[in-house]
Amino acid sequence: MSEPGGDAAVTEVQRPRRVRPSYTPYLLLLPGLAWLVVFFVVPTLSLASQSLQTGNVETGYTLTWHFQTYVDALSHFWPHFARSIIFAGIATLLTLLLAYPLSYFIAQKVGRWKNFLLVLVIAPFFTSFLIRTLAWQTILTDNGPVVALARSTHLTDLLQWVQLTNNDSLMNSRFAVICGLTYNFLPFMILPLYANLERLDHSLIEAAGDLYATPIKTFWKVTWPLSLPGVVGGTLLTFIPAAGDFINSRLLGNTQTVMIGQVIDSEFLRVQDYSTAAAVSFVLMAIIVVIVAFYVRRAGTEELV
Amino acid sequence: MTEWTSGDLRLTNVTKRYDTFTAVDQLDLVIPRGSFFALLGPSGCGKTTTLRMVAGLDQPTIGQIWIGLKDITETKAYQRNVNTVFQNYALFPHLSIIDNVAFGLRRRKVSDHKAKAMEALELVQLAHIATKKPGQLSGGMQQRVALARAIVNRPDVLLLDEPLGALDLKLRRQMQIELKMIQSEVGITFVHVTHDQEEAMTMADTIAVMNAGRLEQVGDPATLYEHPKSTFVANFLGQSNLLEATVKSRDGSIAELDVHGVSLRLPVDRLENGASAVWLGVRPEKLRLVANGSAPDGTGDSNRLTGVVTDASFTGLATNYLVRLPWGQELMVVQQNDGTSRVAAGAQVTLGWAPEHGFALDAKQDAHAGAQDQADDSGAA
Ligand SMILES: Nc1ncnc2c1ncn2[C@@H]1O[C@H](COP(=O)(O)OP(=O)(O)OP(=O)(O)O)[C@@H](O)[C@H]1O
Ligand SMILES: [Mg+2]
Repeated sequence: MSEPGGDAAVTEVQRPRRVRPSYTPYLLLLPGLAWLVVFFVVPTLSLASQSLQTGNVETGYTLTWHFQTYVDALSHFWPHFARSIIFAGIATLLTLLLAYPLSYFIAQKVGRWKNFLLVLVIAPFFTSFLIRTLAWQTILTDNGPVVALARSTHLTDLLQWVQLTNNDSLMNSRFAVICGLTYNFLPFMILPLYANLERLDHSLIEAAGDLYATPIKTFWKVTWPLSLPGVVGGTLLTFIPAAGDFINSRLLGNTQTVMIGQVIDSEFLRVQDYSTAAAVSFVLMAIIVVIVAFYVRRAGTEELV
Repeated sequence: MTEWTSGDLRLTNVTKRYDTFTAVDQLDLVIPRGSFFALLGPSGCGKTTTLRMVAGLDQPTIGQIWIGLKDITETKAYQRNVNTVFQNYALFPHLSIIDNVAFGLRRRKVSDHKAKAMEALELVQLAHIATKKPGQLSGGMQQRVALARAIVNRPDVLLLDEPLGALDLKLRRQMQIELKMIQSEVGITFVHVTHDQEEAMTMADTIAVMNAGRLEQVGDPATLYEHPKSTFVANFLGQSNLLEATVKSRDGSIAELDVHGVSLRLPVDRLENGASAVWLGVRPEKLRLVANGSAPDGTGDSNRLTGVVTDASFTGLATNYLVRLPWGQELMVVQQNDGTSRVAAGAQVTLGWAPEHGFALDAKQDAHAGAQDQADDSGAA
């Protein structure tokens, strides 16, 4: 250590340290922001303006602040909105019921087979969404073993009775659409749940047992509340895309199971009524935002750490 | 099977095997109701495994566990009137402190659980943080919450698995005193696991020393210290000097032992019947050290050895010496700083001790068993 070096160090310390504003975080944000502006903000604004324009594809559109489009869209399509929310809701619930035990099992019980089982969960994703959905047509086909089994166990009668099907087959029904949604979005539920349950401290389960909680009580008082962040994440990742889905209802449903995604699809591409399509898209977005905000408030702030 | 009374915790022939490895081997223990019992032993000797079997978190491979007249071996953890303070506390992070403490009461549908939980928090002096979450507390506070959460249920037995392990030395000493006070206040049987011999000695009424899954010796701290039954206990609890000795004669109450040609004496009742080759043990603080020629009558004790001081270190309270005997062995000597003059390295000295301060151990044992762990502990303290 030479003298001058030591001196410099001292003055460095004595001078009041001025905090230099750091631009690095903002620079890092820039690509993401640019992406958002180009692919989300601009399209959303153009969609908003489109929904308030009148005209047609041949003559072109002009902005007339025509709010009546919204009123017409809602009065026409409210059953489709309701149906989409209900189908997505049921499918989300079913994925949760299927995914929770599975995730718990993989995260806590299987030891070194964890990664292998996770790969199995993701494996179907290597084939396309479309193919996987079409496969359900084969699975539920009238002369297949699934239908035969459902008929012999009178499951078909039960499904008909609760109006999930209209006749004694399974294809082209509410039942088939919900099956498709549940199947296609299952991994979106499993992965967040797994990530959460994997971190669950086993000694907390033992502590609950030590404090007189039966296994069932332990689940409801310890495991479940601690896994809520995973549940919320999984249900959002499932519900939001399921509510806007149009593949499952088209490939597995009938004219009475048309979901709102299908409406948007046909208004844009077949009817080419751009204003209505834009208005419907906007309403769907608004409905989902309201539901999610309500849900996160309920589940999020009260129970989470 | 006559000494135990109702409410005692008893382990009979308890064994736990993992595949071929035996973690706990044929444990027979009676822990009297209301006592402060310490389970002491080096890392990996099976202390946690023993506690987990008592708590019901693990099943013994063989053997029974009783509380009073009830065999609880087959009952589930949540059915046992036993609570645990876990080594990592295991507080529920999503519940407030008061809800953590009331957890056990709620499960048992105790009516005034809030009030009782508050009382328990007052006992550990944490009533003012009842509404906080565990994540907001320091380690010492979490430890006390874990204690309150267990004690509030007034279990038959409270198990503590190295609850002070994560605390710094000062807080640890303070918590030792508090724990002891709380135990005498609530009168619950405490089974306290530790590998800190000093902690076990200061807190417990009875100590069980474990080694490699087996019990070495059970007794009150003074008996264990003054009359260890094995070289492991002699070295693990404090320090010991062990001399290789053969029994020459026994007349009356005093036996004559030969140690490398020197004749030393020991009360006969310290010797096993018929033992001939033994380790003669004596604690460092029982040895009196006198520089040759400084006092005409030496030490006044009947057992004497001469040697050369090879190391002298002053610690304030005492001076620690290493004295090399003519046959090369080094003895540890601790001389209280009571005004006697200190001796420098290189000095010729005489070591003396009273025969009743000696103890004898079976010569077949390893003289260094347990010594390494001891060194680690004193290093940390
Ligand atoms: N689940 C298990 N499977 C296999 N071996 C185990 C298992 N649990 C414990 N053991 C072994 O049993 C022995 C005793 O472990 P235990 O946890 O009871 O030690 P301990 O006395 O509590 O030690 P420490 O002071 O380090 O906590 C160890 O050698 C350990 O490796
Ligand atoms: Mg342990």
